[in-house]
Amino acid sequence: MRPPPPLSKVGISGRGLVVALPYLWLLLFFVVPFVIVLKISFSDVDLAIPPYKPLLEWVGQNSLAIKLNLNNYAFLFTDALYVHAFLNSVKVAFISTVLCLLIGYPIAYGIARATPTTRNLLLLLVVLPFWTSLLLRVYAWIGLLKANGVINNVLLALGVIHEPLNMLYTPFAMYVGIVYSYLPFLILPLYANLEKMDWQLLEAAEDLGCRPWQAFYKITLPLSRNGILAGSMLVFIPAVGEFVIPALLGGPNALMIGRVLWDEFFSNRAWPVASAVAILLLILLVPFMMWYQSVQARESASAR
Amino acid sequence: MNYRRTFFITTCLAFGFAFLYIPILSMVVFSFNASKLVTVWDSANSPTLKWYYSLLHNEEILDAAWISLKVAVINASGAVILGTLAGFGLARFEQFRGRFTLNAMTTAPLVMPEVITGLSMLLLFVAMEQWIGWPAGRGITTMTIGHMTFSMAYVTVVVQSRMATFDIALEEAAMDLGARPVKVFFLITLPIIFPAILSGWLLAFTLSWDDLVISSFTSGPGASTLPMVVFSKVRLGVSPEINVLATLTIAVVTVVIVGVSLWLTRAGKLAEAAAAEAARAAAAE
Repeated sequence: MRPPPPLSKVGISGRGLVVALPYLWLLLFFVVPFVIVLKISFSDVDLAIPPYKPLLEWVGQNSLAIKLNLNNYAFLFTDALYVHAFLNSVKVAFISTVLCLLIGYPIAYGIARATPTTRNLLLLLVVLPFWTSLLLRVYAWIGLLKANGVINNVLLALGVIHEPLNMLYTPFAMYVGIVYSYLPFLILPLYANLEKMDWQLLEAAEDLGCRPWQAFYKITLPLSRNGILAGSMLVFIPAVGEFVIPALLGGPNALMIGRVLWDEFFSNRAWPVASAVAILLLILLVPFMMWYQSVQARESASAR
Repeated sequence: MNYRRTFFITTCLAFGFAFLYIPILSMVVFSFNASKLVTVWDSANSPTLKWYYSLLHNEEILDAAWISLKVAVINASGAVILGTLAGFGLARFEQFRGRFTLNAMTTAPLVMPEVITGLSMLLLFVAMEQWIGWPAGRGITTMTIGHMTFSMAYVTVVVQSRMATFDIALEEAAMDLGARPVKVFFLITLPIIFPAILSGWLLAFTLSWDDLVISSFTSGPGASTLPMVVFSKVRLGVSPEINVLATLTIAVVTVVIVGVSLWLTRAGKLAEAAAAEAARAAAAE
């Protein structure tokens, strides 16, 4: 055990005061809402404001009945559309994560091995798009991909194609959008991991006769495992529930679960069904979130 | 590094940055295009500033921008207070009851899909209105609370990682000399972690300013933010005014981020040096 840090001399009350405010805030506005979502996912749709029936009902004089309606869940499991949307979201998020890794790894590696001045400049260049609105950056792809858009115009002018390619509102456009938007989330944790790498290990391996690719595969890749995992989680988990990108680039047939939830809520006013979708999505993602947290804990422990 | 590897990495970097920046540059270029078709260059009348003029006279966009600005400023200020407390607590107190929960509650919002956070926040506000009558209806207040909840998690991470590289001897020196913990926090800790707090504020501001999903769920009639207006326009296709809006956003972001990071690198070094100097002087007495 390390000696306790000096501020702990304040005693329980001082510490308590410091963490109590954020703790209570998150408890009320982040945790309690999930309990309410769970509750509403078991209730009936009602033509009222708000559009659901209470779970507790007075039946007769002195008896209170709890009515748990499992129909919302049954509905989700039997309707092919929802099952398909769930599976498709996982597939799209997984492929996007792999694509991000293939594009992002060499970039993170290149930045980590650059000279300190170049490194800061390159990092700034990775971070800058991240500070610019996601919505506007996704919108930029509409202009690039549409029938009379930039890419088609350039290819037509060069004579590579003779008819415009149909790219916007296809799965291709959706993948481009997701990879483009989430790439910085993968590069940054991976870079933070690679930056701590002892490159002499690589030189030693090569001196002992390893080919560069072998050395990379046997040393760099295993040592950067935590960075790869952390970055992949930061892409995969939010991408499963992504709404904006499929809605803008994916076209009407791009079935993603985040979009289904949105439509159930805003178009159909089916709050209980939307809640059931949210609960199932959460059940699917919580293991990955816990995995992410344990990877983060290992990373910060190794940094000490 | 050998030549072939350097060549491979340089090529990857070049393609990677082209991928990141071509969409952004295309919006900047076409914001000066006279044609309403946006991506078909009208060489007879371009470049022009006419869409800049029409954006700055678009009441709907200006009103929405004003609402977004109010929400973003209040959100960032609140999130910085909550996030600094949480980040400080998690970094300094090795053990306390609820540490695990607090850690989980500040990590989860970073990866939680926005549709889930948005829906759950809205259902909470509806339920609270039924139980205690507050908040009455939804609008700027509910949106701000929603934004603060997820952006404080980002501030926590930034502050926590700054605290991890902090020279604890500075605090210990002041403590040994009899300064009270609160005084130590304001005189030593706060000035040193100030760069992280400023970055956290800017990050929280940006997250709120850009947010579409959580705003859409937690907002009410008459309180449309800029992303909500942009989204409804963009769903119908490209619009020259949105290219102008994007160009202005990129210009502001670039100036602020480059300026702040240059200034922070300098200020960070100065603050650390000053605090070290103060601690040394105190120790010599």
